[in-house]
Amino acid sequence: MEFRTYLIRRLLLLIPVLIGVTFLIFMLLQFFSPAQRAMLYIHSPQQMRNLDLIIAKYGLNQPIWKQYWTWLLQIFHGNLGWSTVVGMPVTKAFASFLPATLELAIFATPLIIFTGIFLGTKAAANKDKLIDHITRIAAIVGWSLPTFWLGLLLLMVFYGFFSGFLPPERLGNAMDAVIHSSSFIRYTGMNTIDGILNWKWDVTLDALRHLVLPVITLTVINTAFIMRLMRSSMLETLGKGYVLTARAKGLPESDVINKHARRNAMIPILTISGYLFASIVNGVVITESIFDFKGLGWWAWEAAVNLDIPSLLAFALFSAVLFVITNLVVDLLYVRLDPRVRLGASEQ
Amino acid sequence: MTGLKFFLHNLKKNPLSFVGFAVIFIFIIIAIFAPLIAPTPKGQFNAYMIPRAGYTTVPKPPDAAHPFGTTEGQYDIFYGVIWGTRTAFVIGLTVIASILIIGLTLGSISGYFGGAIDEIIMRITDIFMAFPSLILAMAVTIALGPSIKTIMIALITVSWPPYARLVRGDILSVREEDFVKAARGVGSSHLRIILRHVLPNSIYPVLIMASLDIGAVVLSAAALSFLGLGVPTGYADWGQMISFSRNWIVGTVHNPFAYWYTVAIPGIFIFFFVLGWNLIGDAFRDILDPRLSRR
Repeated sequence: MEFRTYLIRRLLLLIPVLIGVTFLIFMLLQFFSPAQRAMLYIHSPQQMRNLDLIIAKYGLNQPIWKQYWTWLLQIFHGNLGWSTVVGMPVTKAFASFLPATLELAIFATPLIIFTGIFLGTKAAANKDKLIDHITRIAAIVGWSLPTFWLGLLLLMVFYGFFSGFLPPERLGNAMDAVIHSSSFIRYTGMNTIDGILNWKWDVTLDALRHLVLPVITLTVINTAFIMRLMRSSMLETLGKGYVLTARAKGLPESDVINKHARRNAMIPILTISGYLFASIVNGVVITESIFDFKGLGWWAWEAAVNLDIPSLLAFALFSAVLFVITNLVVDLLYVRLDPRVRLGASEQ
Repeated sequence: MTGLKFFLHNLKKNPLSFVGFAVIFIFIIIAIFAPLIAPTPKGQFNAYMIPRAGYTTVPKPPDAAHPFGTTEGQYDIFYGVIWGTRTAFVIGLTVIASILIIGLTLGSISGYFGGAIDEIIMRITDIFMAFPSLILAMAVTIALGPSIKTIMIALITVSWPPYARLVRGDILSVREEDFVKAARGVGSSHLRIILRHVLPNSIYPVLIMASLDIGAVVLSAAALSFLGLGVPTGYADWGQMISFSRNWIVGTVHNPFAYWYTVAIPGIFIFFFVLGWNLIGDAFRDILDPRLSRR
């Protein structure tokens, strides 16, 4: 199969999945009363007084198929409903919470990947030696730790014991006032970057101080998996003929590991990027809720606890679409990077 | 060497797995003897509800009557963690058993019959796997209203697809074997072929995957209850007990760790429970992936 045919096939397969995703979400909606569902269709507080009108207008008492269609059209018109927990339209709330989560992910993801690859390589290069055993135990401990427990313990030590050293939330009160003042322009919504752009380094520093614990929590939980995968992939590569050749040529061991083995061993890491994405999204919800870090995850949690259905569903829809696209991109990259992948066999 | 002997031989090479077995064994003992270790007060109807020693908010440190202290709302921590062990096993085992049944059924149908049925079932797994698991689980919990049953349904909803896929793949590889063709040739029914000839030859990887997932399932359940989406308030559940401690991570001026027991004790129980399963899992994986262990 040619790459283009493969690409078209994958894009076509995307359609039923995305329709299915919206349908699944819609089915979950059916557990709620028409009045609760009416929240999905409104975009200003005034409309709340006329819920009956909304119910009639959008046919919330009508057969399911008609409702599904009306709902789908709404989504395509960019109306995702009203978020009661933050008192604004879902799309607006979404835009305001996205930067915080992006900021968290931008700091955590590279840290997770580099730590994982570094430790995994080290463990494989020193198989059955002390460092291998230590990282192995660290990995098992890492993925047995409940995210929320680790977060609370970190807060207990670095916020409680070292009175206020690494606090929760996104910014302290003083800096929060600065970013909301008229002279401060919020270019990106990410405090660390906006601080630099506005030449207010104290904002950036304060934002970093607040980021340390959430980033550590996300990293500890997610690194273990990458590290173990990198180790087994490395071990497999080290047994390959070209590594033997490289060693036989008399190359220093560091060159064999870093140049010949590691690059090839990193391909499997790429294939689990989709998994990593999902795992970070899951982690973000818990991490943001512990650290009161007001991003998408925090919002989704508040929404779930307060039965703010439109917000939670918007978040679910968003994360599903992004997850599906991530997986697609990963598969395409994989095909491009590894010529051994036979496209015809992609279904298995 | 026979399969079992080979297995045990390899297990001996991984001493950590014995730590895992020991930890899980202790938890099994705790779960079985919960009524003896932490007797339910007389007159209390539901043993899974944690008894309260009053209604004030501030947690009280361990003393003779409450060996692990009381948490926010005066729930007895000792009683909670002991009966929470049972909750963990109930959730873990029910969810795993259910996804095994669903995965085996749908996976066999998909792999054995192939064609349009296969395509439909696989597209359905795609849809369920399109969500990050915790997010879909949250949506399901709020749709059904929080209860212990809901947690289990939510976790089943998000965890069955990989099982259906694994079973399907295994069955695809067994389907074309001669003994299956022979069975078909002598006129066995589809059901009989699947149950007697195909499944027994492809079930082991799935069973092992399932045993390893118990820890992960309990961890997700705990996360849901921690987020306040799980069990009713006061139900003996580790995740919820940690959520009670959220307001007490900062102690008093003179004693920053004044309320350590509210956070630490339930967390230690979850951690060791999951750790136990993962230690066993780590050993299994090494044995099952001989390419790596023999080098």
